[in-house]
Amino acid sequence: MHSEDDRPKAGSKRSVANDLAGKQQEISVTEFFEKNKHILGFDSRAKALLIGIKEAVDNSLDACEEAGVLPDLFISVQRSDEDEEFHIVIEDNGPGIVHAMMPNVFGRLLFGSRFHAQCQSRGQQGIGISATVMYGNITTGKPARLMSKIEEEDTAWLMDITVDTKRNRPNVTNDQPLIWPEKEHGTRIEYYIRGRYVKGKQSIFEYLKNTAIVNPHAEISYTDPDGKSYLFARATTKMPPKPKEVKPHIQGLEIGDMMSLARDTKQKTVKSFLKNDFSRISDRVANDILELSGISEKVKPSSLGRNEARRLISAVDNVKIMAPPTDCLSPIGEELIKKGLKHVLEGNRPEYYAPPVTRAPRVANGNPFVIEAGIVYGGELPRDGQVSILRFANRVPLLYQQGACAITKAVEAIDWRNYGLEQRGGKGIPYGPAIIMVHIASTKVPFTSEGKEAVANLEEVHKEVALALRLCARSLKSHLNKKERKKKTRAKFDVVQQILPEIAQKSAGMLQRPVPSLDATITKIMNVVWIEPKSAVENGGLREVSYSIYNYTTAPKSFMLHSILPKSCLNETVLDHRLQEVKEDGKATWEIKDLAPSDSTEIRFQLDGELSDVFEESDIFVSGLNMAMIMGADPLPGDWGIKGMEISESDAQPEEEDEDEEQEEVLNDDY
Amino acid sequence: MTITDRQERALKELLRIAESVYDQIDEGEIPQMSLALRSKKNIEFDPRKNVWTYGDLTAHRGAKTIKGATLMLRTLHMVDFIRDMIDQQHSSTLREMYYISEGWGNGKFNSQDESNLLAEDLEIISRCMREDFKLRPEEDGARIIGDLTIVETDRKGKRKTINCRDDVGDSGYSIPFKVEKDKIEMKSCGAEFVIAIETGGMFDRLVENGFDEESNALLLHLKGQPARSTRRFMKRLNEEMGLPVLVFTDADPWSFRIFASIAYGAIKTAHISDYLATPGAEYVGITSSDILNYDLPSDKLTDQDVAALKSELKDPRFNDEFWRSEIEAMLQMGKKAEQQALAKYGLDFVTDTYLPEKLAEMGIRL
Repeated sequence: MHSEDDRPKAGSKRSVANDLAGKQQEISVTEFFEKNKHILGFDSRAKALLIGIKEAVDNSLDACEEAGVLPDLFISVQRSDEDEEFHIVIEDNGPGIVHAMMPNVFGRLLFGSRFHAQCQSRGQQGIGISATVMYGNITTGKPARLMSKIEEEDTAWLMDITVDTKRNRPNVTNDQPLIWPEKEHGTRIEYYIRGRYVKGKQSIFEYLKNTAIVNPHAEISYTDPDGKSYLFARATTKMPPKPKEVKPHIQGLEIGDMMSLARDTKQKTVKSFLKNDFSRISDRVANDILELSGISEKVKPSSLGRNEARRLISAVDNVKIMAPPTDCLSPIGEELIKKGLKHVLEGNRPEYYAPPVTRAPRVANGNPFVIEAGIVYGGELPRDGQVSILRFANRVPLLYQQGACAITKAVEAIDWRNYGLEQRGGKGIPYGPAIIMVHIASTKVPFTSEGKEAVANLEEVHKEVALALRLCARSLKSHLNKKERKKKTRAKFDVVQQILPEIAQKSAGMLQRPVPSLDATITKIMNVVWIEPKSAVENGGLREVSYSIYNYTTAPKSFMLHSILPKSCLNETVLDHRLQEVKEDGKATWEIKDLAPSDSTEIRFQLDGELSDVFEESDIFVSGLNMAMIMGADPLPGDWGIKGMEISESDAQPEEEDEDEEQEEVLNDDY
Repeated sequence: MTITDRQERALKELLRIAESVYDQIDEGEIPQMSLALRSKKNIEFDPRKNVWTYGDLTAHRGAKTIKGATLMLRTLHMVDFIRDMIDQQHSSTLREMYYISEGWGNGKFNSQDESNLLAEDLEIISRCMREDFKLRPEEDGARIIGDLTIVETDRKGKRKTINCRDDVGDSGYSIPFKVEKDKIEMKSCGAEFVIAIETGGMFDRLVENGFDEESNALLLHLKGQPARSTRRFMKRLNEEMGLPVLVFTDADPWSFRIFASIAYGAIKTAHISDYLATPGAEYVGITSSDILNYDLPSDKLTDQDVAALKSELKDPRFNDEFWRSEIEAMLQMGKKAEQQALAKYGLDFVTDTYLPEKLAEMGIRL
């Protein structure tokens, strides 16, 4: 970049170029980043504080999972004596780091084990944690202190590290072995950093809370600068499946990537390059590609020029190639998303968790990705204001640049008014008491920048997010419909259970006559079998579920009740004798026989165990009875797979509802 | 004081409601109450009484819906409450009853409008007046100034003779909530007509200008929509003292409704129109044509105004030539005006020019 003064004057071009050559020198990567901190996300004091912790936590979680250890994380943020300076501690129970590698991992940028791997992980570039160390060094002049122990050794190692920004090498001082009591393995990093502590949407607390949602297998404890401690307890002991390394998928590859891969390959021919360096390329597919691109299979890959590379890429578009292998991805999974959301958000008592959706893997720019989504609605979630959008990439919460993110853009493009949320003009972030959660898992998440804060708005990603959200949104809508229906039936129930008895009592009292029986009147009003679910969690997590069944009709009724129970949680010692069977997949059937008019009964069961809170008590189904005669349950779905009881009797349809029997005008005309 | 015959009848009618509900339940039916449909659709002109009353359409309130059942429970509580009040010779305001209903379980009122409406429902069902139930409205009656002498029986049972011009201050005599003969006796009257005025500002203007003495008029302040007792009082002045009733309001759709409730009977109280309405009442103004003829300052009609005017075009009470042309004219020019707009030509213009001219058109010479 030239300023006005540097501009070469006519006739002296050569000498200026020589001058410049004298000044040109290699700048180290570290130095570059020091001058461009924003690229790594250290662009404000508040953000610097958070980003440092985020990098360390990401690394810890990755390390624990790689080692197959359930993560136990401890994070502490304390104010130091100096202004705007904070003392940070992050400790994990991961596998630890070999002594010799400790300086490089924490003190050298772009040093990492994952930079070249095609594998889903949180940290990818290997910039993060060493950048944190460097940023701490620069802003406080104090080194970072590391402690790490691996299982095979008796002692842990401690050292202080600073980053030599000129050479991109770590400076180690105070290197010494020590005993780390009661720690089998793990790593602890302590550093000082200048920053600003903020609360709210982009706070450390929020980041850790969201981390807990998508990492239900982790236990995270946090002490904030005010000395307050929080514990996000582990919600499951199930580890996420380990992601595998895979070769890149050829679809969506950029021409530059193709050329550099071709240059660096060990393969001798283009055909073996295609077959062996990419995933899902069979002999036949390789032949098809080569034929379409007009390149001989014997050509040496390193001799491919720009033209050939372009022909290869356009040929790929016209060949059907299997989607990349998906076992390299580790989506959270529908059950655990719900579990994580429930675990962390239960304080807000949301009324509804839309069943989370995990989409099938797709490919964008040659990398497989999976979109997962969930919606939480109602309860004590704030009613006015926009819904909150929780964005995650490879189990890491994204807190910044919401507006630039593909996830946000997909949310904004949906007309949420169709799904029961408010939205101005059917565009933009909707309003209402809801949380929208979206997770993208990929071997290489397409971020907009190195700061890893927003997902690039690629068409495939956008489409998948929209599809996942629509599925969740549909569940939400049907929940809201159900709720509306319930409100109506509830009102009816109140009439017969509360108001009518009061009417009978009051009129009898006024006339000094005995209180009349209401049975016949109630039957006339209801003319249905009423099913009312109840659920209560007792101390110790035991969940007691019951269904009260009232026969408000004129004839005895027999029918079947069905539900899907989390079988592993069912307490088999207290089963109702009318329970016919519980199938392997949890499908349960009860038989209710000859329930007399105006009579009622109850079935109950207990759930105990990790998945007991996943059960939705309002998902209760009936067969063997005209559905017009049922309130409080749904008809048995067609895909249930077991044959429901045939409807043996045909009841008369209940009377038409005449809700507005009185079309009273609002009498505001006059007195 | 003994329980009067009217109250005795009211009690009996009310208890019949409870009986009917009880019997229906006892027979296994869904209990129901029926009463006249209280809407514009069910208003008919009664040529015998010269007023508008409810027609034959009935509304059924069943206990099948939560709304219907709640209303029924509420009705029973209210009936019981009224019975108590009559027994103990207490009276209570509608507002008090609204608060008392806190103890009525599922039957409590959610707003005061509900208690007012229900009180009127009971009037319809029992064919009694809410005054017979010992329920009185919160709002007080209007004020009146002019040469009228009445005898009022006060709360201590003392009879007081009051001249509504000489025995009262500048704010006039205040019409009580109950104006029946046992409370107020019309004795003598020197005035020749009643002029009923919508706004306080205009009432005070006519008082200040001495219009009552100069023109031999009784000035009556309606306070917007007149209360029941005000309307009853006007009717008695008209019938017993033979005074014409002239209504002087703003020129807007709501003022038209004030006139209709005085002259034809209000929709809400159509069951007692023959008791409240003054069929001979006449509209002085301000009319739509006054706005043009006197070139009065005016305001644009709001959306609600326009909707109200359109609704009046469908109101059977306004279905005559005068009102149709007034309403249509107002819609056409899109303007309304206040009484006080007459002040454009000076404070005396209304008494020196406008009213004399308008009254002359109606055949009253000042």
